[in-house]
Formats: sequence, C-alpha cells, structure tokens
Amino acid sequence: MGYPHPSHPRETVLLSRDFGDPEARRLDVWIRRGGYQALEKALGMGRDAVIEEVKTSGVRGRGGAGFPAGVKWGFMPKQKSRPHYLCCNADEGEPGTFKDREIMRWTPHAVIEGCAIAAYAIQAEDVYIYVRGEFTEPIRVLQGALDEAYAKGILGANAMGRGVRIDVTIHRGAGAYICGEETALMNSIEGKRGNPRVKPPFPAAAGLWGCPTTINNVETLAAVPHIVVKGGAWYKGLSLSNPRSTGTKLFSVCGAIAKPGNYEVTMGFPMKDLLWDLAGGPLPGRRIKAVQPGGSSVPFITAEEAERTLLDYEGCLAVGTQLGSGGVIVYDDATDLVYQVMRLARFYAHESCAQCTQCREGTAWTTKILQKMLRGEGRAEDLDLLADLAEQMTGKTICVLSDSCAAAVTSAMQKFRPDFEACLRDGRRAGAA
Amino acid sequence: MSQAGPGTPGAAETLPPVFEGAARRELDAVLKQYPTKQAALLPALWIAQRRQGWISPAAMAEVAEALGVTVAYVKGVVTFYTMYHQHPVGAHVVQVCTTSPCNLRGAEAVVTALLQATGCRRPGETSPDGQWTIVETECLGACGFATPLMIDDDLIESVTAEAVPALVARYR
Repeated sequence: MGYPHPSHPRETVLLSRDFGDPEARRLDVWIRRGGYQALEKALGMGRDAVIEEVKTSGVRGRGGAGFPAGVKWGFMPKQKSRPHYLCCNADEGEPGTFKDREIMRWTPHAVIEGCAIAAYAIQAEDVYIYVRGEFTEPIRVLQGALDEAYAKGILGANAMGRGVRIDVTIHRGAGAYICGEETALMNSIEGKRGNPRVKPPFPAAAGLWGCPTTINNVETLAAVPHIVVKGGAWYKGLSLSNPRSTGTKLFSVCGAIAKPGNYEVTMGFPMKDLLWDLAGGPLPGRRIKAVQPGGSSVPFITAEEAERTLLDYEGCLAVGTQLGSGGVIVYDDATDLVYQVMRLARFYAHESCAQCTQCREGTAWTTKILQKMLRGEGRAEDLDLLADLAEQMTGKTICVLSDSCAAAVTSAMQKFRPDFEACLRDGRRAGAA
Repeated sequence: MSQAGPGTPGAAETLPPVFEGAARRELDAVLKQYPTKQAALLPALWIAQRRQGWISPAAMAEVAEALGVTVAYVKGVVTFYTMYHQHPVGAHVVQVCTTSPCNLRGAEAVVTALLQATGCRRPGETSPDGQWTIVETECLGACGFATPLMIDDDLIESVTAEAVPALVARYR
C-alpha cells in the first residue's frame, strides 16, 4: 500500500505496509496478517530475553534523541518495589514530522502490540499513550483498536490469558509542543502544566508519580513486534551504512518538494535519492536550497550537503545536523529563508514553557529582531546580536527547546549569510514564500 | 458591565453544571485510569469544554472541586494549553497551521481566505455573527498535506485558498 501515494519500489516497507488500508485497523484482519504473534512470543520469553533482543537490534529512539531503546529498557529496576510505568510518546509536534500520525491512524494495533511487549519487558502494568490533542482521528482509531484488544482479552487483568496485567490508556494532550519532551509529558499526564523537569533523576529512576518509567516514541514501539518475531539480529542487518544505525525509518518529507509524504527506507539510504527520486525533487522550475532533515529543531544544511548525506544518525552528524525525528523540511530558491527562520523562531517563542529565562526571553527576542529586519529596519549589528542571543540560549536551560531555536538561527546564518545580509539591506523578499 | 464577556459571572451563570449525568459517569471512569485524582485534570477539562464550548470560571471551580485541587491550580493548567478556550468561541473553531512547512506552501493565503469567507477581522477573533473563530495554530502534525486545518474536531488536509469558500459553506 502506501499513503498518500503507493510505496516506492526502493522503500523498505515494514511499518508502512498497511498505510492507506483501513481494513488493517480491524483486529481480525490484523491478526490474519500476523498481528499479536510477537506479543504471544514475547510473553513466552523471559523479560530479560526480550530486552536483550531489542538491545541486539540496535533500534534507537525514533522521537529525535536516538537513544538505544533496549539500553533504555535495561535501566529499569529489575527488583520491582513500586509500580513501573510505560509512556508511549505520541505527542508528535515537531514541525515537519507526520509519521506517528500515520502509524496510529492506519496500524493502531502495531502501536498497542509494541506497548504491550515493552510493558511486559519492563514490568509495567499501566501504559499511557500520550497523544497530542489535535490528533482527533488517530485517537478515535486507536481507541477503537484498544476496545477490540480488550474485548478479545489481549489487554487487561489477564493479558493474552498469560496472567499478566497490561492496561493501556490514551491520554489526550491539549495543545503544547513542549509536552513531547519526556518529563513535560509526564507532568502533563499527572495533571500539571507541561514544564520539563530537571534531570537527573531520569525517568527510569523517577518518572510518572516518582516511579520508574520508560518512555518511547510511537515509531520505536511499532518496530518492536518485528524485532521480536524476526529477531534482533535480523533487524540489525537492516542497514546500508554502519552498525550504529539500524532498521527502517520513516521520513516525512514536506515543504518545497514535488511529492510530500512519508517514505520508509533502510538506515543509511542516500538523502539525495530520497529527495530527488522518491519525493520527486523540487517543485517545477525551482531549485532546492536548504534542508532540515530531522524536523525544525535540527540545523539547516545546504542542498549540496544534502546530496552527499546518508540518512542515518552518523551521516547527519557528519554534515553538522541531526537525524532527529525524520521530518525532512525542504526550502527552495523561491523561499525567503529569513522569513521562514523568523517563523520557526516564532514557533519556539510560542511553545516555550517559559520557566527558563534564556528560553522565554531568547526565543521572543530572536523573533522580534528577525521581524524588525524583515520590516526593513535591520541594523548591521543585528546579526551579531542574534548570534550572541543564540549562544546564551544553548546548553543553559532545563530542556533543549531553546537550543533548538538557536540551532536553526545560527546554522541558517552561517550557511546562508547572504540571505541575512540582503534582508538587512532590503527587508522581506518581495513575492517569496 | 453592559456585556457578558470572558470571565464575567453573567456568562458563566447561564451554563448548566458540567459533571452531571453522562458527564459525571465519564469522569468517574476516567478517574479509575489513574492513581491520583489530579491526573484526571486534562480529561476533565476536555469533558467540560465539550459540554460548554469553553472553559468557564464556573467549570474551573467544578473541576477543582471534583479533583480536590484549587481553582487557581486549575486555571494555571488551563492557561498553559492552547486548546482549552478561555473565552466563549464561535459555533465553529478553525485552527490553521501556518508553521514553516505549511507556510512554504501558502498557509498564510489560506488564513486570509478564511477571514474573508467568514467575516472575521483578524486571527484569534470571532466573526460578528458568532459563527466562526479563526485561529492561527502551530504545526498540526500534517506537514505533508499542506495546508491542513481543523474545523472543530475534523482535520482537513491539503486546503488551498481557492478551496476555502466551498469548505466554509459546507459547515455553515
């Protein structure tokens, strides 16, 4: 299948196999296609064996940080003295990213099965899937699938008839990007403002209600059933570049591109082929100018850099950016880059939880200075001021929202300096997006 | 005060209580899903907003009472999350994404078209006939389907400025 367009022959279709097929949402159909075999198998394995399998697979967190999922599970206490919790992070809000939405709305049982396996492995009985408030359809689909899974005895007090309790609750967010940050998400579940917490303690030591908690992204958890059924070694073999980046990854391509959409490729796939082949290249008559390969929070790279970058964690670092969430935002030569950077800064200013001064003030002033430049009122020293602000916003706050804003601004200024100088001279580019 | 506006007692007193009948039972079911009452705060506010259209001061007081927290605490949470309406809104609330990926594909023209089609003066305001509130929102998580917008609980993908009048007519 594929959604919004059929899967490209060069995709490695694992998580996206059923995208676009509403039948896959039904439990009976899902089971006929192999669903819940992994949970059955996992419940027959020791908890440690499941964790080892996930460690072997090398799968890294797909939400953006890229932390090895098996290692994270291994941080949970083996001796359970208090409740353990699992959170599934479905607060997908990173601009440019729209993959978890498709996983949930087409293959809700893949998410539920991944959650159940992870819960078993880390001895959690309660799972909270934190879905952003705007995702009304994914919530409806996921809730329908949960109801079916409960009715069939897959979840509940005696999950799969194997004597373990696994309860899954959907917790609906209410419009706050910062709740995608793991500790803010936990505060939000607890009924608080979504302010990130100081770490340490890390969630495995003190998470939800102070109890040991693991939090994984939707895409990470959806990969887990494949790892359990086919083995960690098989998953690790899915790599075109190096053994530190394994498996498949959904890339959400958007912005100034001919065929926006999700593309699932093996780690290490060339970014050039993703953009110019699978996603159809630039819009007619245009030229790709800049790319943010991992959502709006990662540094900009030039088209030339994109052409020689492999899509994996190390490949993105090599050109000074990050794989992040896999939201590939494309900017072309018809873009007023300064305006779009201002728009991103405005996003971060709007979404700052405002508890750290550097972030609250820094994101707001960055936005105001860029807006002033775009009005044609810029002064020569404004670029230095922006750079100075960015430095003060980096590495000094509780979470990395402020760093993300700074990274977008500094990388754009560094790689596209002439655009900023032209803006100082002329203000906003007439007729540009 | 001549007009019942946001936060005025007059606006709240006309609303029926939130947690009675089915809504009370819904809240009771939610409470069973968490180890603390406080954790039911976001779900409780969703129930309140669905019943009343916004989060009135009276609703905040009711939620506080039901969950054993102070009204000030509830207000602190309500004001943190953008989807809880702190004022009465139009019969239809439209949230349009104008963040960069959509902005690159004409999202601002969609906002302009929406303002024209509904008679709203500017984003964030409600049309004089009380039918429409148009809000510019940050990233709806549907960047590959620029421009996405939400009308109430419906997400609509790939909206162009040209398509706006027919879309508005469909909800009128």
